[in-house]
Amino acid sequence: MRNVGLILRRELASYFATPLAYVFILIFLVLANAFTFYLGDFYQRGQADLQPFFAFHPWLYLFLIPALSMRLWAEERASGSIELLMTLPVRVWEAVLGKYLAAWLFTALALALTFPIWITVNYLGSPDNGVIVASYLGSLLLAGGFLAVGSCMSALTRSQVVAFILGVVACFVLLLAGYPLVINAFQGWAPHALIETVASLSFLTHFQSITRGVLQARDVLYFAMLIAFFLFTTAVALDLRKAE
Amino acid sequence: MIKTDHLCKRYDSVTAVEDVTFEVRPGEVLGFLGPNGAGKTTTMRMLAGFVTPTSGRASICGHDVVSAPLAARQSLGYLPEGAPSYGEMRVRAFLEFIADLRRLEGTRKRTRLDHVIERLQLATVLEQPIETLSKGFRRRVGLAQALVHDPPVLILDEPTDGLDPNQKHEVRALINEMAREKITVISTHILEEVDAVCTRAIVIARGRIVADDTPLQLAARSRYHNAVSLQLERPEQLAAAREALEALPSVAQVEVSERDSRLTALPRAGAPILQAISELSSSRGLKLKELHLESGRLDEVFRTITA
Repeated sequence: MRNVGLILRRELASYFATPLAYVFILIFLVLANAFTFYLGDFYQRGQADLQPFFAFHPWLYLFLIPALSMRLWAEERASGSIELLMTLPVRVWEAVLGKYLAAWLFTALALALTFPIWITVNYLGSPDNGVIVASYLGSLLLAGGFLAVGSCMSALTRSQVVAFILGVVACFVLLLAGYPLVINAFQGWAPHALIETVASLSFLTHFQSITRGVLQARDVLYFAMLIAFFLFTTAVALDLRKAE
Repeated sequence: MIKTDHLCKRYDSVTAVEDVTFEVRPGEVLGFLGPNGAGKTTTMRMLAGFVTPTSGRASICGHDVVSAPLAARQSLGYLPEGAPSYGEMRVRAFLEFIADLRRLEGTRKRTRLDHVIERLQLATVLEQPIETLSKGFRRRVGLAQALVHDPPVLILDEPTDGLDPNQKHEVRALINEMAREKITVISTHILEEVDAVCTRAIVIARGRIVADDTPLQLAARSRYHNAVSLQLERPEQLAAAREALEALPSVAQVEVSERDSRLTALPRAGAPILQAISELSSSRGLKLKELHLESGRLDEVFRTITA
């Protein structure tokens, strides 16, 4: 665990050593607020809640999270530092977890910086703050899921552009797994059980169920398992082809 | 001790390393020689645990690199090819990060860091991001990183690549100084380096070991071994000198370089010719600028056995 902490700290520091952190946070905040006020009709709805704010998070994350996760491993491969890291007395899973947690912690920070909107809505009315807390947690879990998928895609290639595109596509499919766009591709040939399984994997369904204010164990478990699965896959992909 | 046993690495259709077996003992400095793409780096990567062997075994201080990778890596200091590091990190933060992962703590961490910083002359760049450093400094940061935990085994892939002659000299002196109690493996394609630091050289070509010997013995394989080279003061004596040398029964062949009025006399199978040539030149009145006995030319041996 000590190694996980050390790698996490180094990784997090590297975000702030480059403009990456500031650019990401700035764009995240600008877009999150723009969506809420212009597309979400925050004022016109006349309701004191953050529903229009959270509703756009999946779409915001769809492009912003792969942009963050694309560098996780592709950059290590391209610069060759993966050879340094993987020949230190560090286990592969420690490195995977450390880098992943750094990215997740960073998105948590970006998310936390949206707090003025929470204050605003409490100033304007009396929202159900329980729902808002649950929604923040749901949003964080969603970001964590996207990051795990992105980490896996990043481990497959040395090109950050390829990692980004693979990440967006994989996240998009998982996001809409329960919706016709994805389900139609399975309809007609896949057995019913498979379609059901695919549909149950939807990010969006689980996220929306949390943002309604019910933090159910099965939704949390869904994200936890999904994250564990993709991190495990990341480690396997790295172990199999770290030198390529 | 480093031990490899019939180590092989194959990629789909290409065999990068085939049947490499050797042992390195404490005090030895093993130089890996070979043309580019011969398998030097792949072999070192297998020792460092970065590339998994297709077959065969390798161990570092008794720890198998595949079944006990962490123990093997802990006893190893490794400089990967090109000295990769985290470019955005500052030198001090980078070395501290490595020291932490190497489990160095407290005063030992302090003294080891101070030691490598001083030995590799990094004090002036400690607060600079690594990516802003010159190639020579980056290489030295890579070396510092490999040495920080004072490992019993050092594997350095082209440790002096990109350094200027002074820095090369420094790094070689450092390797020589540490070599006594350590096991050192370096790869290089600079043959003078083999003479300067290695007690033993393994030549690899097309993934196989083609020679494993001391640099001296390796040089003795050269047809220039025990050849006598002489430089004339007066170029017009060149033709006469050549004739006289060729007439000596123990001389097999004479090579002439007109540019610097130099003659090299190659002996017949191991015959000593220095005495005869030195007598000849005084009896024929040849004015010599220089006369010396060659121990053999590594570059010539290298070309012959890797061609």
